[in-house]
Amino acid sequence: MAEVKQADDGVQIDLISGERMEGMASMEKIRMILDGVHEGNIVILEEGLSPDEESKLIEVTMTEISPDEFNGIEIETYPKGDTADSGLFDRLMGKDPETKKLTVIGPANQIETLHKDETLISALVSRK
Amino acid sequence: MGLITDIRDSISRSIASLFSAEDPKRIGIYGPPNAGKTTLANRIARDWTGDAIGPESHIPHETRRARRKENVEIERDGKSVTIDVVDTPGVTTKVDYTEFLEHDMEKDDAVRRSREATEGVAEAMHWLREDVDGVLYVLDSTKDPFTQVNTMLVGIIESQDLPVLILANKTDLPESNIRRIENAFPQHETIPLSALEGDNMDEVYDKIADYFG
Repeated sequence: MAEVKQADDGVQIDLISGERMEGMASMEKIRMILDGVHEGNIVILEEGLSPDEESKLIEVTMTEISPDEFNGIEIETYPKGDTADSGLFDRLMGKDPETKKLTVIGPANQIETLHKDETLISALVSRK
Repeated sequence: MGLITDIRDSISRSIASLFSAEDPKRIGIYGPPNAGKTTLANRIARDWTGDAIGPESHIPHETRRARRKENVEIERDGKSVTIDVVDTPGVTTKVDYTEFLEHDMEKDDAVRRSREATEGVAEAMHWLREDVDGVLYVLDSTKDPFTQVNTMLVGIIESQDLPVLILANKTDLPESNIRRIENAFPQHETIPLSALEGDNMDEVYDKIADYFG
């Protein structure tokens, strides 16, 4: 992770490469994301999470929500396009375009999505 | 030729036994908060069993535990389809107790409700990964369907190879826009309905029988 010390008046952004995520187990990825978000960081994943990992991320996030401390996460990926619809054959062949999408995750009280379409995610990030 | 026919019959029998009449499929009702999931679950349960499943409310996260109505027998065209209906809490990635304060709730009640809501969402995700055989995905047709929660949940459902029907609910409201939902999920069939008014439920039951029977 980009170990840049967060300034008091700034927001740390961690851009995590697909290569870094490749050797990690699902729970390691989720832990890394949520640890960053708990610290008020914006986490950007070059290649996103699999649907199963997204499901577990929601589940673990829910267990960590605490009143007045942590309200959960905001997460954005590009919406699924028609061409990204992979059939069973594609998945058997290891092709899964859904897991290769840039994903932005941040604390729910610090990041607000302004606009999203197939090619653009525009978000407003505020300080803690 | 005979051997191929035998193998095909054997596979058909195996599949049929997996989903035999004695083993009703569990159909999860999923969607974001306030889409009308419990209203739909109650409509289905009342129409075919006479009982309701749970209380309905305009306040988000009224349903905070997955509730199951077993052996709901739906009759279509002289045949019957038996399913277990699982009404689940609305899925979200964030819960802020202060939103409940806007509904004239005391802080203690709001905090308790938010804690129960988070447990309910986690439970709903667990059911989706482990315990449902098909999904009715309910959306409020007056709202923008292009949300991250909808995109993720439909992706999760697809990754599990679960049969899914998209239900565009609240068609009784003037702002309802069914086309917008069809465009958001073109890979799935969208059925318009008003669970509150009972509009178009015949088509919903026909499709439930087709998809999950």
